[in-house]
Amino acid sequence: MENKKKMGLKRINIIKIISYSLLMAGAFSMLTPFIWMLITSMMTQKQIFSYPPEFIPDPLYIKNYPDVVKSIPVATYFFNSTVVAVLTTLGQLIISSMAGYAFARFEFKYREPLFLIFLATTMVPPQVNIVPLFFIMRELYWIDTYQALIVPGLFGGFGIFLMRQWFKTLPVELEDAAKIDGCNPLQTYFRVALPLALPALATLGIFTFILTWNSFMWPLIVTNSDNMRTLPVGLAILKGSFRETTEWGQLMACAVISVIPVIGVFLMGQKYFIKGIMLGGIKE
Amino acid sequence: MDYKKFFASNSWWAVLFILPAFLGVFIFIIIPVFMSFGLGFVKWNLISPPQFIGLKNYIELFSDEIFYKVLWNTFYYAFITAVFSILIPLVLAYALDRKLKGAAFFKAAYFLPYVTPMIVIAIVWTWMFDPNYGILNWLLGIGDSVKWLYDEKFAMPALIIVSIWKNIGYNMIIFLAGLQAIPESVNEACELDGATGFRRFFLVTLPLLTPTLFFVSIMTVISSFQVFDLIFLMTEGGPQNSTMIMVYWLFKQAFEYFNIGKASAIAYVLFVIILLLTLIQWKTRKKWVLNE
Repeated sequence: MENKKKMGLKRINIIKIISYSLLMAGAFSMLTPFIWMLITSMMTQKQIFSYPPEFIPDPLYIKNYPDVVKSIPVATYFFNSTVVAVLTTLGQLIISSMAGYAFARFEFKYREPLFLIFLATTMVPPQVNIVPLFFIMRELYWIDTYQALIVPGLFGGFGIFLMRQWFKTLPVELEDAAKIDGCNPLQTYFRVALPLALPALATLGIFTFILTWNSFMWPLIVTNSDNMRTLPVGLAILKGSFRETTEWGQLMACAVISVIPVIGVFLMGQKYFIKGIMLGGIKE
Repeated sequence: MDYKKFFASNSWWAVLFILPAFLGVFIFIIIPVFMSFGLGFVKWNLISPPQFIGLKNYIELFSDEIFYKVLWNTFYYAFITAVFSILIPLVLAYALDRKLKGAAFFKAAYFLPYVTPMIVIAIVWTWMFDPNYGILNWLLGIGDSVKWLYDEKFAMPALIIVSIWKNIGYNMIIFLAGLQAIPESVNEACELDGATGFRRFFLVTLPLLTPTLFFVSIMTVISSFQVFDLIFLMTEGGPQNSTMIMVYWLFKQAFEYFNIGKASAIAYVLFVIILLLTLIQWKTRKKWVLNE
């Protein structure tokens, strides 16, 4: 009996060791490109093109960072990306949570079919709409404006679905109490329901922020001046223009700058981000 | 109608709460879907007035050799990506599902690629794939014999490697949720019956995980059909159209050749494919939710 138990323990240890080795190997391949990016961003052109590759920047060449800020308007791109991501996130949160609240709490005609229409819109791949959407932007004279970068991103069935599910799990009693105290539905929503929905808002907010920050195809199509470009588009143009000269150090420096905000937001809200994924149905 | 009563009723409030979302979805999603369908039947270059030409765009599309090449490339890319984006995360999730120390670190590390902008990924991987100075060929010890992005045969596999790398974290989280939903009693029963290791994985865990597996497969295939950034940023469809896939082709037709009709026809072929996959997924969604 003792013996068997010991063997069992041994077996469990072997499984643990195998598991750890697999996970470490995986983590290594996940992180290597990031580390390589960071290292390369601090190397001189000469060291970058050394063969076999060198792994420790010598000298530590931080100048790539100010250099890339000089060669392209990184600050403008960064500002645009921030404005677009923040405003899209705030708008999406308000619009989706209001609609989601109505679907969860109010009784009205055609509630179910209307909700199904919203749900059905999540089936439409954005790429299918890109040509007519571009045309609509042109008719509105929105090409190369913040409106074009922000407004179409405010709407979607997923946020409404997520918020409705959340509000449905909340007890109605608190809201009823507010109603008795003379609050109208709008006041009840803002003062009672919304504060209770913070976890769901965090999930939706983090998702929207990261997806908007990373968005590439749409900003590429609707912007055409440096004043309006977002970081990914500006960086893509830099990558294209460097094809001959290949200033990899500067490119990597700009890549590091572009990735910091998303990694920051992700690490801060990891818990909510993972919750959002579990709810499923989230598309890139 | 009693004005006061109407104002107090929920219907009025419902209109107020839903109107912004509805208007937005109507203008920016529903109208474009129908416009896109209509534009598939016209000849238009965005400048001169559109001209109705019936099914000609579709006929032209289906008799175009490149269309079949693009279709094949897209399916090839989507399915190979999906297979590995399922196998690898499945194994990793199974390894992570034994209350190991450092689980939070692994989750965060695996997730980084998923939240990283594609342009950043493209820059780093383009450099790593570089045949002369890239770290990859050096690590593999194959000199400059494989030219990756510059080689017709290796460009697509290179892109697939990057996609798998990006997908692993997302899929692993879903598998982990599926694994953790398996009741403890099942695992205990396995132990009592002496079903361990591989036997337990294939005979007990995997069957219980089937709904999740199916869900993840279809989601991964759908998102792979929509890939654009990766192609635009790393290969531009080349060399020799070897990485030309549907959304990138659509983009070229629309915004480089201004062939709006043809672009819209491509968009609808893509739409139908994705719609079919989505419908299959929705039919099985109930099973997935039960497993949660």
